[in-house]
Amino acid sequence: MWGYLSRRLAGSFAILIGITIVTFGLTFLIPADPVRMIAGRNATAQTVENIRQQLGLDRSVPEQYARYVMRLAQGDLGRSYVQKTQVSDLVLSRLPATLLLMAGAIFFELLIGIPAGIFAATRRGRPADRWIMMLSFAGVSAPQFVVGLLLLYIFSNLLSLFPMGGYGTLGHLILPALTLGIAGGGWYARMMRSSMVDVLRQDYVRTARAKGLGPAKVVLVHAFRNAVLPIIAMIGLDVGIFMSGAVVVESVYGWPGIGQLAWMGIQRIDIPIIMGVTLVAAVGIVIGNLVADLITPLIDPRIRLR
Amino acid sequence: MKRLFIAAAAALLLSSLPVLAAPKQGGAIIITYKDDISTLDPAVGYDWQNWSIIKSIFDGLMDYEPGTTKLTPDLAESFDISPDGLTYTFKLRDGVKFHNGRAMTAGDVKYSIERAVNPATQSPGAGYFSNIAGYDDVAGGKATTLSGITTPDDKTVVIKLTAPNAAFLHIVAMNFSYVVPKEEVEKYGADFGHHPVGTGAFKFVEWNLGQNLTLERFQDYNKKGVPYLDKITFEIGQEPTVNLLRLQKGEVDILGDGIPPAQFVQVTSDPANKELFVAGEQLHTGYVALNVKMKPLDDVRVRQAINMAINKDRIVQILNGRAKVANQVLPPAMPGYDPNYKGYPYDPAQAKKLLAEAGLANGFSTELYVMNTDPQPRIAQAIQQDLAAVGIKAEIKALAQAEVITAGGTDGQAPMVWSGGLAWIADFPDPSNFYSVILGCSGAIAGGWNWSWYCNPDLDKRASAADAMTDPAKADDRNKAWAAIFADVMKDAPWVPIMNETRYTMHSPRVGGDPQLFVEPIHIPVNYDYIFATDAQ
Repeated sequence: MWGYLSRRLAGSFAILIGITIVTFGLTFLIPADPVRMIAGRNATAQTVENIRQQLGLDRSVPEQYARYVMRLAQGDLGRSYVQKTQVSDLVLSRLPATLLLMAGAIFFELLIGIPAGIFAATRRGRPADRWIMMLSFAGVSAPQFVVGLLLLYIFSNLLSLFPMGGYGTLGHLILPALTLGIAGGGWYARMMRSSMVDVLRQDYVRTARAKGLGPAKVVLVHAFRNAVLPIIAMIGLDVGIFMSGAVVVESVYGWPGIGQLAWMGIQRIDIPIIMGVTLVAAVGIVIGNLVADLITPLIDPRIRLR
Repeated sequence: MKRLFIAAAAALLLSSLPVLAAPKQGGAIIITYKDDISTLDPAVGYDWQNWSIIKSIFDGLMDYEPGTTKLTPDLAESFDISPDGLTYTFKLRDGVKFHNGRAMTAGDVKYSIERAVNPATQSPGAGYFSNIAGYDDVAGGKATTLSGITTPDDKTVVIKLTAPNAAFLHIVAMNFSYVVPKEEVEKYGADFGHHPVGTGAFKFVEWNLGQNLTLERFQDYNKKGVPYLDKITFEIGQEPTVNLLRLQKGEVDILGDGIPPAQFVQVTSDPANKELFVAGEQLHTGYVALNVKMKPLDDVRVRQAINMAINKDRIVQILNGRAKVANQVLPPAMPGYDPNYKGYPYDPAQAKKLLAEAGLANGFSTELYVMNTDPQPRIAQAIQQDLAAVGIKAEIKALAQAEVITAGGTDGQAPMVWSGGLAWIADFPDPSNFYSVILGCSGAIAGGWNWSWYCNPDLDKRASAADAMTDPAKADDRNKAWAAIFADVMKDAPWVPIMNETRYTMHSPRVGGDPQLFVEPIHIPVNYDYIFATDAQ
């Protein structure tokens, strides 16, 4: 277990080094000259040169990278060119909202996806199965923008059940989390169904049935534990994806998450923000996967970590 | 790029003026924006969203009469210009206090301008002060104080220029010159823009990054009875479409981003909204820059042909009529605009003739650079079709805004650039602001904003001469001089002026005030200091 953990951590660390190289490379891939953007349209060549020096962009590439990593090691993600704030402050101020939305979205994904998948698997090939699969497909393919606006229009505008966007209370969370849950729930339902169909064919399930256990007990107790494993890996991935933000949903509901920050950074070519959010998201994905791998054996003791 | 283009607009109301209710004191309103507000440091903030908020928190020596483009003293009580136009003496108003309680002095004015020029501040407006004596030393890092600014006493600021500049009073009315207290700037360092302290009508209270920003009425404000509102909350992060729904539901009061284009017709055609939406003309011209250094656009006949080939009416239609056709560089609301100037007519037959004269009877192939966000590519397609009709094959290069700016500023790269979304909006209401950076020789450099690479030394000289006409009594002569300069620019046809944008916005019935305040020429998008809540007790 500890050996496995240390190997995985070392692996993750190597990936993170790779990520710093990629995010650093962004500076050069983005076509705009940040100095010109800061300097404004009235700037003289001298002003431009001054700012270039202050940003350290006149140094050699390896030196710039070394400085970048040194600053990262101290938790310094740089200062936004446009907002003139520490990127770490901007990210931290949005992290709670992102984590909350992530938790809500995963809750709804599981709430919608798992029962639907199990139900479809147990009715395989029958109309109920086909309906559920069709709806899940619709859920996956519907643009989040449309779903979000539709929910907002019905539940906030017509029925006045929820506030029209914003952040702070449980009421604010439900609609955006549900919008994400509808899309993600579709994937979960499809995955849960195929995994469950697979498990239901296995010998030990047949044995359980032969012993005379009721269908509910067979499915929910015996089969479920094994069938749910791929879902856990998927939650791990989801954590990573949500760390980079749910851009569309956040802007429909005015949810102050990281996705919004990333999108504004991209629009304004605010390179430190783009680099910072990419880095945070990548770290989120690495951690999400690691945690999912560590949880798996707790659910299925047959899986050993070596 | 929106953030770079600060709008100053002259509001000409399209609708008739409703009977105005008397302003009421008190109350609170909510304004929505899609994007996060960037820094509120007046020396640094330079986009239309923070521009107006900065104006409410800070003040400068000069300002404009609410709802107009007319200059008036603000923190200065009076000013005096020496006969040679080189020395400006400002007498400061009594009883001006910063939000932290300290009285403002002449030293603060001097410090604030020096701070904007200091390269360490990274102010995008530093260049505006290049006329002040001693600028080069401070901009070059050799000094931190401007030799051209002296303060004989606490109430007097004397500014010496190296060359007369008729636009100088506009420059000290710009945000970059707004007065900040040294002790607060030093306390917060680079984060001052997130803890702004000024002398303005509203004081900063709270900023939850990415969520909302709150301002409150400054009780010790130096103008009696202003502002009317007790509190303004800016809510950030929601789609303009959703914000419109919220406004109609009474949850918010002003759409900071204006009416979303998709809902424009629906909103404006509803009679119930008649008094709630407002239209104002901008000091804005949308144009196609024609690179005069690239073949075959280096031939003036080809550029004139392109001017005649484009059907501008159709482009205004694409914009739902949210603009007016332009025939010259200056927008109609700008001094120096020539209402008698006819420009190039839409005449494809004549355009073909000109092309044939230039030896291009069979047309030619070229490229049109455009920003890739709606509706710009659609406008570019309309231009493409018009050009095709006279035999010019223009390939559309739809790119992110930064790439369009880079292409425009790279020698020999972009033959044509449609300026939509990046179009020139004046920083201050003076014709000079439409010349040097975008049409003068100084802007025709790598990384510059003169995308037609037009450089006419003779016109540059005339522009400097017009700028030197500082005597207010000669303002008319000066405007005429500028009109002639721009007429001569159009003879060389480095631009195809296409349209002047109109700004539309909407507010809830809870907010009152002169409609022009909501499409303010200067405090765009809204002059928060003079609007009021109709339901205030």
